[in-house]
Formats: sequence, C-alpha cells, structure tokens
Amino acid sequence: MDQYLQLNGITKKYGDFTALAKVKLDIRKGEFVTFLGPSGSGKTTTLMIIAGFEKATAGDVLVEGRSLSGLAPHERNIGIVFQNYALFPHKTAVENVYFPLQMRGIKRTEGLGKAAEMLELVGLRGLGQRYPKELSGGQQQRVALARALVFEPSLLLLDEPLGALDKNLREQMQIEIKRIQRTLGVTTIFVTHDQSEAMSMSDRIVVFEKGEIQQAATPLEIYHRPRTRFVAGFIGESNLIPARITDAAGKAENPALGTCDFTPVETLSQGQDVTLLIRPEHIRLSRKPVEGRKNAAMQVETIVNYGDNALVIGRVGDLPMRVRVLGADVVIIQEGEECCISWLPEAVFVISR
Amino acid sequence: MGATISRLGERPNLWPWLLLAPLTAYLAIFFLVPLADVAVMSFTEPRLSLANYQKIVTGTLYQRVFLNTFLTAGLVTLVCLCVGYPLAYLMNNSKPRTAMLILLLVTMSFWTSFLVRTYAWMVLLGNNGPIVALLSALGLTNPPQLLFTRFSSTLAMVHILAPYMIMNIYSVMRKIDPVLIRSAESLGARGFSLFRHVYLPLTAPGIANGCVLVFVLCLGFYVTPVLLGSPREQMIAGLIGHQIEEFLAFGMGSAMAMVLLAITLAILAVYHRRFGLDKLWG
Repeated sequence: MDQYLQLNGITKKYGDFTALAKVKLDIRKGEFVTFLGPSGSGKTTTLMIIAGFEKATAGDVLVEGRSLSGLAPHERNIGIVFQNYALFPHKTAVENVYFPLQMRGIKRTEGLGKAAEMLELVGLRGLGQRYPKELSGGQQQRVALARALVFEPSLLLLDEPLGALDKNLREQMQIEIKRIQRTLGVTTIFVTHDQSEAMSMSDRIVVFEKGEIQQAATPLEIYHRPRTRFVAGFIGESNLIPARITDAAGKAENPALGTCDFTPVETLSQGQDVTLLIRPEHIRLSRKPVEGRKNAAMQVETIVNYGDNALVIGRVGDLPMRVRVLGADVVIIQEGEECCISWLPEAVFVISR
Repeated sequence: MGATISRLGERPNLWPWLLLAPLTAYLAIFFLVPLADVAVMSFTEPRLSLANYQKIVTGTLYQRVFLNTFLTAGLVTLVCLCVGYPLAYLMNNSKPRTAMLILLLVTMSFWTSFLVRTYAWMVLLGNNGPIVALLSALGLTNPPQLLFTRFSSTLAMVHILAPYMIMNIYSVMRKIDPVLIRSAESLGARGFSLFRHVYLPLTAPGIANGCVLVFVLCLGFYVTPVLLGSPREQMIAGLIGHQIEEFLAFGMGSAMAMVLLAITLAILAVYHRRFGLDKLWG
C-alpha cells in the first residue's frame, strides 16, 4: 500500500550527459505528488519514462510491484494530460473522451454514455458535441482531463497542464483538478515549474535539480525544512545567509550579523560551514531593538508595495536582506532610512548542504 | 485618430494595383481574350448554333472519350495516392538524411521536363527497349505490348503527377503535432487502429488536396496520353487536338474544351465549398 508506484534508481543518459541520476521514489495509492523544478531538471524526463515514451538507461518503474519496463505506452494504462492538451482536432469533445474506451473495445453507445458522464464530472455538461477549436483553453483542458481519466487509469500524469492558461483560470483549474482527483482517488503525478502551484495542490512535492531529487516531502516541510540550499532558494522567498557553526548546540556566526542562535534539528559539528535560512515573513521590522529576539540594523534600499503587504529590501552591512511586512507596518519606514530587524531563534533554519 | 482614418480612406493606396497592372494586362491579352475567342467559336463554328454541344452530349465517340478520360484520371489519382501516401509517410518519419534523399528524388523527377520523361518511358517500354528485352531473356516467348497501351500512359502520368500528391500529403503530415500521436498511444491506440482513428483523419486534408490536384491536372493531359497511350483509348485533350489539327473542326474542338473547362471548374468549386481552395496550395 505504501509503495503503489516505485521508481527504482532510474538513470537516463544522453551520450555523456546524465539527465537523471538514480532517481528513487515511492508513491502511495491515491497520492497527489508534484514534480517541481526548473526546466532541464529532469522532471519531465522522469514523467516520460513512467509513461513509456522514453527508455531509462538503468532502473525500473513498478506499479503494485509489477515492472512496466517491458510494456509499450499503449499497454501501460496510464492517463496523460499534455501541456497543449493534445486533443484530436477531428473529433468532438465527447468523441475525444470516448477514444480510449473505443481502443479498449467498448461499444459506441455504452462508451459515449460513459464519456458524457465523465465530461459532466469535469464540468462540461452539454458541450460534448463541440470540436476542440470551438472550446476555450480551460474547457479544452477539462476535455483532456476527462479523456485521461475515463478509462480508469492506474496513474494520472499531468505535464505542466496549466502553463498555457492565464492566472485566474489557472487558480480555478488548480482547485478543479484537485477536486476531481479527490473524487476519483487516482494516484497523480503533476509536473510544474511553478512553486505556488506545487504548494497549493500537492500531498507531497518532489524537488528536482540537475537530474536528482533534492527533497521529497509535504509542502509545509519543504517550505520550513528545506534540505538543500537549492530547495530553500527555489521555494518561496528566502534570506540565505552563509555562516559557520560556533556551537553545535545552537550558535552560528556570520560576519555581518554576528552570532545567531538557532534550534538544531540535525547533528552539526563546530566549525562547519552552513547556510542559514530565514524566511522574510519571519523577520520583524521596528524602530528600536526588541527584547528577546536577535536584532540587527538594516539600511533600507527599496520598498515594493503589494497593497496588503510589502517587501522591504535592504542591507545589514554588506549582507542583503529581505523582510516581508504587513501593509500597516510599512508606513513607519522609508527608503534610505535605517531601521531595526529582529527574529526569534526558531525562525532560523540551518541547511548543511 | 478618426480624421487620419478618413483621410486614408479618401486616397486609397494605388501602388499595389499599379504593380499588378502588367501581369493583369498580360493575362487579359494572352489568356482571357483567347479563352473568350474559344468560347465564342464553340457556338459559331461552322455556323451559329448549339450543334457542337449537341454532338458532345449525343455522340457515342465523345461520350466514350469523356468516360475514358474520367476513368484514366481516376485510375491515375488512385495509383498516385497508393504510391504517394507511403512515400510521404516514409519521408516524414525517417532520419533527416533519408528524408532529404527521398525529397531530392521526388523533386528531381518533378523538375525534369515532362516531355523528357515521356520520351524516356517510350524508350524504356518500346519494343526494342530494355524491359521487353528483359522479359524475353526471362523466357517469355511472346512479350506483351507495353507501349501505346492504357498501362504505359497511366504509368507515365502517375510518374509525372505523383510529386503533386506526395508534396501535398507530406506538407500535411509534417504539420501533425507528434504529441497527438503520443497522446493516442497513451490512450491505448496502436498499429492499425492508431492509423485509422488518428493518423488517417489528420492527413485527410492532404489526401483531398493531392487527389483534387492530380485528378484535375490529369483531365487535361495532352502530350503523355497522345505519345504513350493506346490510340483507341483517347483522352479529351488528345481528341481536341485531333479535331483541330486533322479535321480543322475548330468549333467542335472549342466546344469540347469548354466542356472540359466547365467540368474542371465544377470540381474545383465543389472542393472550394468543402475545404477552401486556398488550402490546395499548401
């Protein structure tokens, strides 16, 4: 049960170039997993290997303990939604959805009925007779989703399906996809380079970089306990501060900040070079130093106002710092001024890699 | 803003028309005027009447020739499709080098004057040609007549017209998004069902284009069927030439030419309503 889908040391090489290096991952049944990473990080290659369009140089993909390696794409029973939807332009919406059933030998009347039901589930009631070009981007997306789900696939793969939609539609589709996925309980892998999409939709996020999995964890854990500098920098906004451990029990030093207290979660050794992560929203801005917190004096350079909040960018010595403040707090400060920033030891997270 | 637009509207830009003028004049003088002349002759030669058209409708010779022309054009189109489709597919799905080679062979044949190609077939298929020699060497005591048959003219016309079919189908195949094929595979399609339900419908516009173009071009073919075909199975263009060169029956020839033109235009009109003529040129 815990290992519905297993990626067992998948390696993919193109000549001398290693696109994927021993990727290992277990996915539970019904889980919604997001592969997150910049382009060229190996996330799409991994997806294509699972789908069977690419062959792994080494390693194996197993579903419920059975290897998929010997199976062609059409034998794998995996539903895929492609980036540009890949709907058949010569078929109506309902015929598109019926297509996988047709390929499985299901009779036309029965199959079209099932296809219509699936279109209703994705919110396209009454639009079945339209051709893809007569549908909006969001509607085409729903047809593609219905088509990938109608044959009860063992796995649903979504390859950056929201990339072509505008922001409002994207958010709407994120909620829709999540709802449909929950309703059907289908194990899903979602590929994206958009971290907010990953945060809002996933049970678990797998961060890819340079053909390796950097971290696989829940969205909150990825956000609060990133394992590597890359993950910390890629997900959310962050202050990444180089430092050296002066006391393994919870002290580190940076030339600009001086000594910082932190709460250790892993064993560290004295003198070790690490990176300290402090999220901008965990830093408080004030006129005077605050008791019980680590304080530092910051020269404010830029204030970016977002209405309900603002991003204050400045420097502590030569160390750049970013502070996220609520809209009401920003009126106390102006560009070019000096102010006090402070945080609690719990806000400091140590990254040793 | 509004003022600018109306001022532009008052003085339309004449330059494009000026540039088009020489070509328009050329077409008018050397194409439209002679065509009108032919149209007039079909009603006035030898005297003002509908007699020429009446003969075409009632005369068995003319009916047979028209029927033969359509059968030949249909056959040539069919063979072109059967040969061209796999070749276009091969061109689209092989490595760049192989694709280039096929493209080169197709276009090279296309660029060679069709008169040259027609004579080449005469040499190849003639009674003293290599094919007959090969057949008799293989022990065929009474080698079949190859030249001056429906076989030889069809073969040569297929050779000449196949590039139109191939290029039309190829240009459509090239535009098919490979993701559509992947998508079909992921949905469970493969082999023949993938071809029948996805690939064939997606290439249908290319097939329609190629077939219409080949069929229409074939209807008016003159040199090849005259030089290579059976004298008993004439096509319209040959018969028109015959009427004019040997019987000096200008009226009869003109009338047949007008009927041929009308049929061609009718086919193109039907095609235009269904697909749009602009698509015919890729």
